[in-house]
Amino acid sequence: MTMAASTDAATPAVPTVAPAPERVGERWSWAPYLLSLPGLALFAVLLLVPLAMTALLSLNSFSFYGGIQDVWRFDNYLEILADSYFHEVFLRTFRIAALVTLLCALLGAPQAYILRRMTPAWRSLCLLIVLGPLLISVVSRTLGWALLLGSTGLLNQALMNLGLVSEPIEFMYTETGVVIALTHVLVPFMVLSVWASLQRLDPQVENAALSLGAGPSTVLRRIVLPQIVPGILSGSIIVFALAASAFATPAIIGGRRLKVAATLAYDEFLNTLNWPLGATVAILLLLANIVIIVGCNRLVERRYKQVFE
Amino acid sequence: MNRNGPLALIFNALFLAFLLAPIVVVCAVAFTPDGYLSMPTKGLSLRWFRAIGDNPEFVRAFKDSLMLGVASSTIAIVIAVPAALAIARHQFFGREAIQALFLSPLMVPHIVLGIAFLRFFTQIGLGGTFTGLVLSHVVIILPFALRLILAASTGMDRSIENAAASLGASAWTSFRRVTLPLILPGVASGWVLAFINSFDEVTMTVFIASPETTTLPVRLFLYIQDNIDPLVAAVSALLIFMTVGAMLVLDRVYGLERLLVGRGRD
Repeated sequence: MTMAASTDAATPAVPTVAPAPERVGERWSWAPYLLSLPGLALFAVLLLVPLAMTALLSLNSFSFYGGIQDVWRFDNYLEILADSYFHEVFLRTFRIAALVTLLCALLGAPQAYILRRMTPAWRSLCLLIVLGPLLISVVSRTLGWALLLGSTGLLNQALMNLGLVSEPIEFMYTETGVVIALTHVLVPFMVLSVWASLQRLDPQVENAALSLGAGPSTVLRRIVLPQIVPGILSGSIIVFALAASAFATPAIIGGRRLKVAATLAYDEFLNTLNWPLGATVAILLLLANIVIIVGCNRLVERRYKQVFE
Repeated sequence: MNRNGPLALIFNALFLAFLLAPIVVVCAVAFTPDGYLSMPTKGLSLRWFRAIGDNPEFVRAFKDSLMLGVASSTIAIVIAVPAALAIARHQFFGREAIQALFLSPLMVPHIVLGIAFLRFFTQIGLGGTFTGLVLSHVVIILPFALRLILAASTGMDRSIENAAASLGASAWTSFRRVTLPLILPGVASGWVLAFINSFDEVTMTVFIASPETTTLPVRLFLYIQDNIDPLVAAVSALLIFMTVGAMLVLDRVYGLERLLVGRGRD
């Protein structure tokens, strides 16, 4: 695997630019523009226009009898800033995303390190089990958690049979349940990201430390950990961004009562029919996402410049 | 060589169990002979898989999902191949910006895209139509197709193309007979990865699907919101089996490890 490929995997949510072709003195031609024209046209009409329309929609107002009014004000943003209900929802979204990120780092980073120390045959198999779920529908995976976490679910049955609890613990419709299921959905991204940074680790450095008398825990703490911190950080950015905007998992495990930002936007659109307010929530989510992905990536790259190049 | 201690191996086993548990449970419950949610302890039964066939809504959603996946990934490939060739082999003004634009759907939360498409399609009269679904899916799966084709065409040996040209082949002939066969593994796996992503998408599609035109994951999601029974476990198990099947194809054509580790997805 090449360095370029592993960098790519480390930041799957961030567009990376392919290395430029080498022929610099090439004559200027229309060819590349003509070749990318179909895609450019499609993306201009079907990505930029809809997003711009959503931004404009968020400035409109809504009344129950009059529907959407063509006014251009920041009333919806002010409403979200002022209302404690929205504070609660955004705070919950942020809390869940932070917990999921922490759990993914605590589970994913050691797992990536263990994978690296396996024999190639075992590693391929385990890697497949760790990364394969990424391709499986998130609805199916969340349904599995709903079956496991329900009050008569397998987890509660096991806990009660073992005598650890006397009454079933309620996981469904709680933040704990959402955090468990989201950690499951997102932890492969952390493994991928840490794995990519481990690929750049020279095993000879570890051996050198060992031969100089360092114990295994010292090697882990002083040699390995500092070098995979960038991987953990870029993995955390991806996991946090995806957890904060997750929809299907909080909707199924959290139910209708435990709202997060994404399910709030869904409700405003399809139940309350207050599209301008829903659009406002969506635009806030998008802005938060861009700030986290672009902003934090810049920070991580600047802080760990020597590691990235 | 394996240099993991016993603690590390226990951690590994628990981690894998955590990842597999919900998937295994869904598949197990799908085979229950009982009329309620339970693990199949008294033998296996296919009654809930047969029940899917008796439920026309799921059957229609399944067909729509298949058609949507095939149509949108084919269109995405047709658009992505020339774009990837332009980016991989030409140095031109705006190249980085164009590539960033093509990959940008990876950065926009699908919930936001769903809302944006709902607004856009209702305004232009495509709300709830199959055309709308195809167009929106092309946008979100194009980055996956583009990445794999880009990887395939970046590492290509161009001297063969030059040889074809010097022997008098036209640009189109050279593309059809030389370039395309060389990047075909990237194109084929790009198509399968795009199809999987279209087939599994739920967050964005739930906004733009209509009761008449909907996809299997969306139908499943809406059903689960109301009640969870062995029928949804059977549908989910079917989705899982299909994905595993597609993964096996990808493994043959491209190598799953290279796909997942070498080129990440969102």
